[in-house]
Amino acid sequence: MTTLTAKDKQTVKAFWAKVSGKSEDIGADAVARMLVVYPQTKIYFSHWPDQSPNSPAARKHGITVMMGVGDAVTKMDDLKEGLKELSQLHAFTLRVDPGNFKILSHNILVVMAVMFPTDFTPDVHVSLDKFLAAVSLALSEKYR
Amino acid sequence: MPENSVSADLQTGSDKMVEWTDFERDTIKDIFSRIEYDVVGPAALARCLVVYPWTQRYFSGFGNLYNAAAIKGNPMVSKHGTTIMHGLDRAVKNLDDIENTYTELSVLHSEKLHVDPDNFKLLADCLTIVVAAQLGKEFTGEVQAAFQKFLAVVVSSLGRQYH
Repeated sequence: MTTLTAKDKQTVKAFWAKVSGKSEDIGADAVARMLVVYPQTKIYFSHWPDQSPNSPAARKHGITVMMGVGDAVTKMDDLKEGLKELSQLHAFTLRVDPGNFKILSHNILVVMAVMFPTDFTPDVHVSLDKFLAAVSLALSEKYR
Repeated sequence: MPENSVSADLQTGSDKMVEWTDFERDTIKDIFSRIEYDVVGPAALARCLVVYPWTQRYFSGFGNLYNAAAIKGNPMVSKHGTTIMHGLDRAVKNLDDIENTYTELSVLHSEKLHVDPDNFKLLADCLTIVVAAQLGKEFTGEVQAAFQKFLAVVVSSLGRQYH
């Protein structure tokens, strides 16, 4: 399910080149949607004074997440190795249940549809979905 | 094993009514009054067949599904996509009793069509993406939540008669 073909990699790189200029807005919107549509995810942010979806902390977190995604695009030939440290962070410090990676990935895809309706074709969708699943898997690598 | 999609799973048992806020009712009705069934339906089904290609197993009689362009141009896919939207329309018109409204459809999908109910969630996710693309910025987080809740009830009701 998560082996990226040459076509997947090409498609993701090309799409990312088009959209990365907006990566901060993409990340902020994806995190905001996650907090609204899947309120159980708020438990990971109980340390934020303001847990509302459009708070500065939420926006900043969205930016952080998308920087990670952008970094993963450059490392897609070996995500396990490339995301090793991020996996350690998520496994031992953050301890985010990996089910939530799917949730955030879904919301990233929704934002892509909202912001890039013509470019986010079914072919781009399938490759990006596979890529985000591969990133999620790499992030879960160190969990147990 | 295909991974499940992230449509919210419902905890409702058969004797517990789904409660809708006024915002949710208005939002769901508004979305369905604005989208064109013969555009959104075909787009959502075509997307599902591309993004989750194993779902093509249910459409072996549909002819050429070889690639995204073929799927998009396939008239049987388009027709079936529209049919699906009219099926959803029945749920929109019976928000307070989707489960009973869908009893026969659930039996049909289980007994005759033999559709794995996990696949309903996959189509629901594709429908969310297509509606998001149609509505753009108006598809806010709150609107998305209402729409996904509606689809979760639909998916749950369609799976109800499987045994």
